[in-house]
Amino acid sequence: MAGIELKDVRKVYAGGVEAVKGVSLDVQDGHFVVLVGPSGCGKSTLLRMVAGLESITSGTIAIGGRTVNELEPAERDIAMVFQNYALYPHMTVRRNLEYGLRNRRIPSDEITRRVNEAAAILEIAPLLDRKPGQLSGGQRQRVAMGRAIVREPAAFLFDEPLSNLDAKLRVQMRAEIRSLQRRLGTTSLYVTHDQLEAMTLADQLVVLSAGHIEQAGSPMEIYERPATLFVATFIGSPAMNLLPIEPETASQLAGSSAVRDSLSVGTTIGIRPEHMRLVGDEGIQDDEIAADLVVTGVELVGAESYVYGVFGAQKAEIAVRVPGYRHFDGGTPIRAAAGATSLHRFDSKTGLRLDSPV
Amino acid sequence: MIERSPLGRPLAHLLLIVGILIVAFPIYYTFTASTQTIQTILRPPLPLTPGSEFANNYGEALFGGIGRIGGVGVGTLLFNTTVMALGVACGKIAISILSAFAIVFFRFPLRMVFFWLIFITLMLPVEVRILPTYKVMVDLGLIDTYAGLILPLIASATATLLFRQFFMTIPGELVEAARIDAAGPMRFFRDILLPLSKTNIAALFVILFIYGWTQYLWPLLVTNNNQMNTIVIALKKMVSFADADTPWHLVMVTAILAIVPPVLVVVLMQRWFVRGLVETEK
Ligand SMILES: Nc1ncnc2c1ncn2[C@@H]1O[C@H](COP(=O)(O)OP(=O)(O)O)[C@@H](O)[C@H]1O
Ligand SMILES: [Mg+2]
Repeated sequence: MAGIELKDVRKVYAGGVEAVKGVSLDVQDGHFVVLVGPSGCGKSTLLRMVAGLESITSGTIAIGGRTVNELEPAERDIAMVFQNYALYPHMTVRRNLEYGLRNRRIPSDEITRRVNEAAAILEIAPLLDRKPGQLSGGQRQRVAMGRAIVREPAAFLFDEPLSNLDAKLRVQMRAEIRSLQRRLGTTSLYVTHDQLEAMTLADQLVVLSAGHIEQAGSPMEIYERPATLFVATFIGSPAMNLLPIEPETASQLAGSSAVRDSLSVGTTIGIRPEHMRLVGDEGIQDDEIAADLVVTGVELVGAESYVYGVFGAQKAEIAVRVPGYRHFDGGTPIRAAAGATSLHRFDSKTGLRLDSPV
Repeated sequence: MIERSPLGRPLAHLLLIVGILIVAFPIYYTFTASTQTIQTILRPPLPLTPGSEFANNYGEALFGGIGRIGGVGVGTLLFNTTVMALGVACGKIAISILSAFAIVFFRFPLRMVFFWLIFITLMLPVEVRILPTYKVMVDLGLIDTYAGLILPLIASATATLLFRQFFMTIPGELVEAARIDAAGPMRFFRDILLPLSKTNIAALFVILFIYGWTQYLWPLLVTNNNQMNTIVIALKKMVSFADADTPWHLVMVTAILAIVPPVLVVVLMQRWFVRGLVETEK
């Protein structure tokens, strides 16, 4: 077991594309770290550099305290689970699991022990004599996991391993991967573009954008205190409501004048939909601000629904979470309020979080 | 895709049957002729039913030796041709799969130059380079040897391109998984690439075996000794301008025997052949 340490890692592809722009990251022993970001932000590139499948333009990568920049993938003591599983189609499941071990000249009784153990953990023992072509997507996924487990590596690397599964299976496998990792305690680096998957899996979440780290921290930290506008809108669904403050914005809002006065032009405020409420007969409380919206649509997602509306002359889109189902016709005027403490403030230009007290 | 009108089926069958008759009749007629005495053959019309000389003719051709080609038996001819066809087929496959492996999976300087060099040889079949090739064979002392028959034919751009196309469809993740699984290049080739290519290899083998079996120009040049003749060349040599000099019954036997091995190869490997052309195990 070992941690993974990235120092100033950069990757410039042959065509001149700078896919990773100086990433430093410390993955502690036994932690489950998830790299999340939109497609094309360099997640796979970063993971593949750790695996040794892609050369490192500059910077260093260490696994278990040992610099691995120059080592072959097989020498790095890592195992990787690929998006398309990459099982050897002509080998039985058992042979697939054994292959890496045989190549490493591990004694055959030890191989058998590990394969049987992994098969038991993953409940794929009945499938051992089948070929990958005879398995369902979820079963292939398990076999791919099995191939990583039997290696007993210092670290697992996952590149969007669940994105080929249907929604239900994805949720199930997500939970299984999580509990498996807890049980084995193997350091894991996991790449996904799905923020929900990232939130539920990670000990530590690393949000990437355009080749650099936007923010790293525990999922709750990142959700509650997003460091940039990018993170604020990327993490959470529906995305955080953003309202850029323009000279006339404050006068269009209702509610606490202290709060309204604190909104300075050139900043953007963010409010999560679940921190907003529709204002009824009870009116606005002292520490709240409120906005008048024109409804554009309602979305029912089960126990709650989201009411979407636009605000003011700037037509800012605002989503409000309401319990149960409320129906509004399009164009209905409504008033939504949010408490002062739930406001996030960002600099509109730099996108950075402003932590000055309200 | 398949038409299921009530008339379609019988019509399709009829067409197929007519086609088969057109293809099969000459072969049947040759077989009939191969079971007649030479006198019957020379006195038309040739009967449409097999004669009584089957055992005699085939025995004479296989074990007796045929005068016009220096007393060599068809057995020897079959052996020579089999060696050549197998050598050409296996040699072509071995060389082309290795060169495709190098071109697709390795990054070496001038890789594309080599690729285009191979590609250009498509324009240089034996017929075009026959003089220099012959000279080289003479200088190497390979006239009248199996090596001389086989070697000049085994470089194959077509097969290389075919394997290249196939290799390029192998997902990069599979190659990477193998790298992580500590499989070096040759182990990857042996454990993963070869098994995945086996249907392609089988299909190619059938095509190349027949290519080797039916070679005419090159064996004609490179073999002088009757003992080294291939069956196609011997067949040609057996036929004289004068009908009276030609042992027609033996020619017919040889012709039939010359068809049998390629047919066997096609029939035995049919399943593989079709699979190799239409699908891949991925
Ligand atoms: N082999 C390559 N050659 C050149 N550019 C590449 C290569 N692989 C990826 N890129 C580029 O690098 C960027 C990051 O790609 P990638 O790491 O695959 O993103 P992600 O996995 O986050 O979707 C993209 O702009 C992509 O086009
Ligand atoms: Mg990717």
